[in-house]
Amino acid sequence: MNIVVCISQTPDTATKVAVGADGRNIDAKGVKFVLNPYDEFAVEEGLQLRAAHGGEVTLVCVGGDGAKEAIRLGIAMGADKAVLVKDEERADSFRVVSGIADVVRAAGPDIILLGRQSIDYDSAQVGPMLAEMLDMPCVSFVTRLEINGSAVRAERDIEGGKEVVETSLPCVITAQKGLNEPRYPKLPDIMKAKAKPIAEVAASSVAARVETLAMRKPAEKTGGRIFEFSPENVKELVRLLHEEAKVI
Amino acid sequence: MKILAYIEQRGGELKKNAFETVTAARTLAAQTGGSFSALLVGHNVAGLAERLAQYGAADVIVVDDARLEQYASRAVATAIAAVAAAEGSSVVLISNTSHGKDLAPRVAIKLEAGLAPDTVALAVQDGRIVATRPVYAGKARVDVAVSTPVQVYSLRPNVFTASAAEASASVRTANVGFGPKDFDARVVETMVNTGKRDVAEADVIVSGGRGFKGPENFYLVENLAEALGGAVGASRAVVDAGWRPHSEQVGQTGKTVSPSLYVACAISGAVQHLAGMSSSKFIVAINKDKDAPIFSVADYGIIGDVFDVVPLMTQEVNALHGR
Repeated sequence: MNIVVCISQTPDTATKVAVGADGRNIDAKGVKFVLNPYDEFAVEEGLQLRAAHGGEVTLVCVGGDGAKEAIRLGIAMGADKAVLVKDEERADSFRVVSGIADVVRAAGPDIILLGRQSIDYDSAQVGPMLAEMLDMPCVSFVTRLEINGSAVRAERDIEGGKEVVETSLPCVITAQKGLNEPRYPKLPDIMKAKAKPIAEVAASSVAARVETLAMRKPAEKTGGRIFEFSPENVKELVRLLHEEAKVI
Repeated sequence: MKILAYIEQRGGELKKNAFETVTAARTLAAQTGGSFSALLVGHNVAGLAERLAQYGAADVIVVDDARLEQYASRAVATAIAAVAAAEGSSVVLISNTSHGKDLAPRVAIKLEAGLAPDTVALAVQDGRIVATRPVYAGKARVDVAVSTPVQVYSLRPNVFTASAAEASASVRTANVGFGPKDFDARVVETMVNTGKRDVAEADVIVSGGRGFKGPENFYLVENLAEALGGAVGASRAVVDAGWRPHSEQVGQTGKTVSPSLYVACAISGAVQHLAGMSSSKFIVAINKDKDAPIFSVADYGIIGDVFDVVPLMTQEVNALHGR
């Protein structure tokens, strides 16, 4: 099975976001970058599919040189090879997808796996956009995946429940937490991954279709009313929620 | 400006997001001096037009196909794009639900349109639409502008207000030529968590953290949620420990929520958790650590042990409602 996993590098979830000097992006200074947490599920699923069906796992990532760290983590987990689409620009999903579409198409994949979204821009667009460009079906937010021959049965999260989708290979799957338990790479594999070559291709020449005008932090809350515990204060809290906030 | 509002229906049922989308289209049409149409896609769904008219939809377009009895995202995306092209729509609105998240990117590619996803506000400035959306799970917000002639916006559910406006709907039928690939992924089964409210849709959420000491004590959270008519949420630590399902996780790698009332019980307020809930309208924090970061985003708080506070609060809420 020819498996392609598209990954990205994102700030760690513990990052406190500060707006950068350009007023449109975050200040990257002091930010710890990691493999996008949802992509870990995608890489793990790719490795499990390889174990069950044979074949190889190719990672595809868009980003600058810094993104190689995320790629090396994926290699340390067990991916066979990797391609970096060199693009330093903070682009919209359309440009990202345009950058990887040719690389993915050239790989001739049976299945393409991605995290459900990158936890920076939270757009959750790349999977379905890529599927549309490659003329493939897509199932997103998948928590369970079964493949028999070319038949695919995927369970996905929906509001208040799950949905079962049936489709066939080749297809695009985006991974939701719960799909599997991503493995921790072992130290020797992390060391070995450093020596693995990462192929590089040039960025897409298409222009982004969405422009960021400004970034700002949400207004901070002040003046919260905090009480010490006492039965009277719990009663008062409920009264305030009812009469002042009018939410109960 | 012609606006097309895709109205989501599931099994012939409309949810609040349908009326939010109609209202957003109506508001945008008024702001730009344009017009809007509502689009229903499915089988035997034309009857829903009357409900949409109550929110001001005077022009309802219906795409009907027996194969759409079973939801197929590619076919619906094809229908939306075909109708938008036939109508000459320059703006397409789609609710950013689990279905909308698959549709909007496909529609955007088909229409060679830019897509501003998961928007929480749309404004018209100097004749162009400026969309606001949270990024980094709400740690920041960005204003974005779409630069293509045709533009797609997906709207975060539960954020845009649905407001009634009487209209009488004229219903038109549109014919769409589907290809075989449009039905190559089909929903064959839907499983609903019966009797449970979903955090993504709830107006009140009561979340619990590690301070409950074990899954057996989560009945306290459930009881308070029940008293408030809300859903149960959980911190990442609790989900990772296997006490609660991932569907209840609130935070950067769970669900981002913005209910009217969020009650955080024994949740200290890690950055990734705050990111997922700090846009809630009112936040109540209950924690025995007075320095817990959760208090910095709280409107109201009680410094105390959840084992003391939560049962009492449940009792008081029930008393308030005469139970």
